[in-house]
Amino acid sequence: MSHNSLTSACAAVLRRDFTLIMRHRNDLINPITFFVIIVSLFPLALGPDPSTLRQLAPGIIWVAALISTTMSMDAIFRSDFEDGTLEQMIMSHHSTTALVMAKIFAHWLVTGFLVTIVAALLGTLLHLPLKAIWVLQLTLLFGTPILSMVGAIAVALTVGLPRSGVLLALLILPLYIPVLIFATAAVNNATLGLAFNGQLYFLAALLVLSLTLAPIATAASLRISMG
Amino acid sequence: MFEPFYKYASGQHFYKLSKTLTPWFGGITALLLIGGLYTGLFLAPADYQQGDSYRIMFIHVPSAWMSMFVYMVMASAGFVGLIWRVKVSDIVARACAPLGASFTFLALATGSIWGKPMWGSWWVWDARLTSELILLFLYLGYIALQSAIEDRRTAARAGAVLALVGVINIPIIHYSVEWWNTLHQGPTVTKFDTPSIHTSMLIPLLLMAAAFKTYFATVLMLRARCEILETEAKSSWVQNLARTKGAEL
Repeated sequence: MSHNSLTSACAAVLRRDFTLIMRHRNDLINPITFFVIIVSLFPLALGPDPSTLRQLAPGIIWVAALISTTMSMDAIFRSDFEDGTLEQMIMSHHSTTALVMAKIFAHWLVTGFLVTIVAALLGTLLHLPLKAIWVLQLTLLFGTPILSMVGAIAVALTVGLPRSGVLLALLILPLYIPVLIFATAAVNNATLGLAFNGQLYFLAALLVLSLTLAPIATAASLRISMG
Repeated sequence: MFEPFYKYASGQHFYKLSKTLTPWFGGITALLLIGGLYTGLFLAPADYQQGDSYRIMFIHVPSAWMSMFVYMVMASAGFVGLIWRVKVSDIVARACAPLGASFTFLALATGSIWGKPMWGSWWVWDARLTSELILLFLYLGYIALQSAIEDRRTAARAGAVLALVGVINIPIIHYSVEWWNTLHQGPTVTKFDTPSIHTSMLIPLLLMAAAFKTYFATVLMLRARCEILETEAKSSWVQNLARTKGAEL
């Protein structure tokens, strides 16, 4: 019965989503390019002074990460909803919550995780000290999964609508505020040489909370959207 | 045991019940409002530090209380609608959103009018102001979602999930923002020891708070009745109602 277990079902979902992403490389590259472009607009708007940029860098990078995540969230369920895959997943005897978690993980690996890696480069461009860059990446590593999971709830609620771009941003962005506050505070403290582990613990707590609740809410929202 | 509950959970009965209750609630609102405004504007003494400009608090504080309260009502009604599929509570949740958004906006606007002479600025990025602003965003998101989904059943259930996600998030947002920055004066009424507000100011404040509550109940019932008619436009009792009302005209 090994090919019928929940683990293998989740593995199949992961494998399928990766294959799809690899066949449509634009979906992989566009959000990252978007992220890089937003960040590089700021030095042009604010002037090239290194000390100003260093001071603003955590905020700039994190806000750009929020916006690019929001823009890429819609893809997580949209095409599966349109071709009926999602309906089959919900009707299958496996737990929708677990399958949804697998989909969110696949989506995070190609968006949030990439953002985490690229942020090191952008931090260097904005003259962040090396230690702050490490902390920035750590906050992104903890924070971007939260963004994906909370975002997935809102996508699941709007997936039945023909056009949901701005509406989605309206629903998601206010919910992202705590992550933004704790993450940027941690990086700012690291830049100033202060302790930052308190903020990291808060982020980790939020991560655990959203891991526990968000997939359940997403599965319920998908069932509502399916009618 | 649950029979009366189920009875009033149907749209028709809620429509009739609220029709008789609305004028009563409206009357109580008017009395409380007159009492609160009179005691607040004429009887309460001027503040020794803030002069007369503190009096805007009689509007500001009740609307700030209401902004949170209405969200809780909305989320609880959504929860009941989601779990027990009670149609009326879906309608109540939907009717709450614009009211809550208005109270939140009123709290922000009066706060900013008060802030200009007191703090010397229309807006400061203080914790409580910011979390109130985020609450307004949550309301606007809820309203946007409700109006984007055409099917009322789906809209109500989707809105309920969003409101519940919001309820989990509100304390997190509140404390994260509080921790981020604080300038607003601390709570003066809800402290566990004796409130640090004088009785002559507390009485008008509580009267106004009660007036805002009954006002909310009144307008909520008016909105809910309108929603019920729209949702059940095809049912026989609404069509009968329309026919008799049409004949009267």
